[in-house]
Amino acid sequence: MALDTARFRDPAELQRQMRKSLARRPVEVLVIGLLWACGLISLATTALIVFTLFEETFRFFQDVPFTDFFFGTDWQPLIPGSQSYGIWELVAGTVNVLLWSLVIALPLGLGSAIYLSEYADPRVRRILKPMLEALASVPTVVYAYFALTFVTADVLRPLLGNDNVPVFNALAASIMLAVMILPTIASISEDAMSSVPRDLREAAYGLGSTRLEVAIRVVFPAALSGIIAAILLAIARVVGETMIVAVAAGSTPNLTLNPLEPVQTMTGFMLQVGLGDTQRGATDYQSLFAVGMMLFLITLLFNIAAYFFVRRYREEYE
Amino acid sequence: MSTQPVILKARGAVARRQLFSRFSRYVFLLATAIPVTILLVLTYDTVQTAWPRLDWGIISNYPSRHWEITGYRPGIVGSLWILGVTVFASFPVAIGTAIWIEEFAPKSRLLTIVKINLANLAGVPSIIYGILGLTIFVRFYEMERSILAAGFTLALMIIPMTVIASQEAIRQVPPSLRDGALALGATRWQAVRHNVLPNAIPGIMTGVILATSRAAGETAALIMIGGFTFIRFDPGPSPADIVNPSAFYDGLRESFTILPIQIYGDTINSQLDFRHAAAAGIIALMAGVMTLNLIAAVIRERFRRF
Amino acid sequence: MKELDETLAPASRAVAADIIAPEPTPTEEAIRTPAEPALFRLRDLGVWYGSKHAVSEINLDIPLNRVTALIGPSGCGKSTMLRCLNRMNDLIPTARVEGRVEYHGANIYDRSVDPVEVRRRIGMVFQKPNPFPKSIYDNVAFGARVNGIKGNMDEIVESALRRAALWEEVKGELRKSGLALSGGQQQRLCIARALAVQPDVILMDEPCSALDPIATLKIEDLIRELVQNYTIIIVTHNMQQAARVSDYTAFMLAAEHGVNGRLVEYGPTTEIFTNPREKRTEDYITGRFG
Repeated sequence: MALDTARFRDPAELQRQMRKSLARRPVEVLVIGLLWACGLISLATTALIVFTLFEETFRFFQDVPFTDFFFGTDWQPLIPGSQSYGIWELVAGTVNVLLWSLVIALPLGLGSAIYLSEYADPRVRRILKPMLEALASVPTVVYAYFALTFVTADVLRPLLGNDNVPVFNALAASIMLAVMILPTIASISEDAMSSVPRDLREAAYGLGSTRLEVAIRVVFPAALSGIIAAILLAIARVVGETMIVAVAAGSTPNLTLNPLEPVQTMTGFMLQVGLGDTQRGATDYQSLFAVGMMLFLITLLFNIAAYFFVRRYREEYE
Repeated sequence: MSTQPVILKARGAVARRQLFSRFSRYVFLLATAIPVTILLVLTYDTVQTAWPRLDWGIISNYPSRHWEITGYRPGIVGSLWILGVTVFASFPVAIGTAIWIEEFAPKSRLLTIVKINLANLAGVPSIIYGILGLTIFVRFYEMERSILAAGFTLALMIIPMTVIASQEAIRQVPPSLRDGALALGATRWQAVRHNVLPNAIPGIMTGVILATSRAAGETAALIMIGGFTFIRFDPGPSPADIVNPSAFYDGLRESFTILPIQIYGDTINSQLDFRHAAAAGIIALMAGVMTLNLIAAVIRERFRRF
Repeated sequence: MKELDETLAPASRAVAADIIAPEPTPTEEAIRTPAEPALFRLRDLGVWYGSKHAVSEINLDIPLNRVTALIGPSGCGKSTMLRCLNRMNDLIPTARVEGRVEYHGANIYDRSVDPVEVRRRIGMVFQKPNPFPKSIYDNVAFGARVNGIKGNMDEIVESALRRAALWEEVKGELRKSGLALSGGQQQRLCIARALAVQPDVILMDEPCSALDPIATLKIEDLIRELVQNYTIIIVTHNMQQAARVSDYTAFMLAAEHGVNGRLVEYGPTTEIFTNPREKRTEDYITGRFG
């Protein structure tokens, strides 16, 4: 096969042959167009969420004054005649389960992250880490079942007495929420701690630090942005979780942080509306969207903060 | 002159610090052991509660007023149809988005916004996707409370996490393969199609399967679009409809329920004995979810190439 | 070379310092124009990576059907310059190229030119062998397929493998994965892969830096073989290699590491190595600095 050099001899002809031409590559053009469309679908999804929530929220605020919603402390949307829409009772429910689930999950999650990253034998770690992560794949309806049938019925009530623990209580929900977010906290924190460079640890050991001191004073602070990201993501998940709180925490709006009382969270209320047959256009239906908007904004805040912390720790050590 | 032996045994403050450090191992081990113990206790409790209902009827029967014979057949059939729709609707869009981000998007502010937006969407509570599905698919597109609407809703929900997993898989492919193809005069898409994608597929599949397993357990979003119904038939197209597109489509527009919603219903049933059925349903659900996770893990290990 | 750099560092740094000291533009006679017809004409070529001026003011003619070597210390911009010749720099988001590169008289940086069209005419072989994780056959056939080259694919593959001096070693096992070959064979597979697209020029970016001496020798023999039909431009940090395989040599140097690489001297290899016109070239060639 002799090389055809003659085809190159005329510069003008060569220049013409090398010209850009969309028609020459119809597939390329079509595919790139489709890929752009895909890339923009995610933006469209967010736009739709915002628009959907905003439309009905706007109508909601035509009926219910802003101040009632943001400063009221009584949430009674479903009782005809005497409705009131003070969001704080629902927010308190969410904060209640959030608080107690973090109280349980933070020490356990961070403790196991430190153990897996700093203490565990690699073989042990290879077994334990997948087991922890298996907890993350459990559907939340399963946790909801456990919260009601196991934690409340088999643990809390026998332990603390039926009089002290109502059938629906914030604590049972908090315990299962803690189990739900444990893998998130442990796994991301462990990744962050494992990516702290070896020489940092060795420098500290070289100065005579013990293993505990290296873990707490060197590795933990160095991995802090990753750990914060893990906690923020866990918070967003607790705030947005529906089934566990709807099943175990009850449906009584309650302005309290007492874990042994029934509460209703924002998501719990939304599910309650979804289960019922409220009419479209009614204020109680619209309140679903107002609460949804609130929930969306809160989780947005935590998710975006987490994104920036994740990015920071990736930049630091990768 | 006798030499004093050098003492390398810790004393005083050092000894105390060492003691703390040794002891701390057990504290942290305890923190790890507790969740693992919980996992084991919950497994034991489920099997024990489910024991009276661990029979084939639990998956082959329709729901009943009697806990001894109630079953999750419509939920299982509904779940399978909905997951089918979800995978078909989400898979191409998610991979397309990942390819766009990694290979085609100009490095601009738009790209940064898309990335932040995806990270946020992956964390939007599922119940909000439920409201979105209710408004868009059920009401606006008039799909009613159907399998189709449910499948699309879950697709929107899992697209972000599938995209993020696929991006990771595409980034794992060495750039030298792409450069090699481009240097041979391949177009960008040819390089991606022939050299990047084939090597990213195992990672992408893993991501898709894990997202599907997440969708399989989703409950709240589908309650919002009307999945909490008492159904005593197999939702979706009948096997014979597969050759008949219009009957198939009608089948997809039928109302539905899913396995997790049926479990939810039996969990909150005022007849407490229904919890035996719910526990047995949980074992069926977990079997499905665990199978998907196992497949994902096997793919990840088998095809780890780079 | 790198190790040598480091062991000689203290001594050479003093020399390097006075070499790097301002002496910006090369003297006229240090850049010779080859007598042969030119395949590439580079005019005022410069490359920016973001705000870093990686390469500037490159003017030279690269002759047809000859081996031209680009030498210089690491970070002098020789790879950057090579990657300008088939527009591979377009793939780096921050890279910007100014000036002209004429290929057979046609400016490949003209705004109307499609870089894909450029790359299918100009072959390239990379520093590290990068066969696709496909069979040997599919590796070679890939370029021909994507470029829609018609003809008997078996013949195209065999001919390319023969030209790359690999046919005898692999003819019985064309279905085997390209990754199963040895490093030297992989690099020759990459050369065969480039030849199958029927280019008239092959760019080689330190093609032997990942290979052992015997494999290196084979590639060098192959280069001398190929130059009867192809133009070859090779980046190398191995001066012996440049002396062994090239007809022309271009010597480049950077003002500081990775910034502002310039052409110092260019001409027939024998002249550059035996009778350089620039003191800096001489210092480099005699090994007085990295």
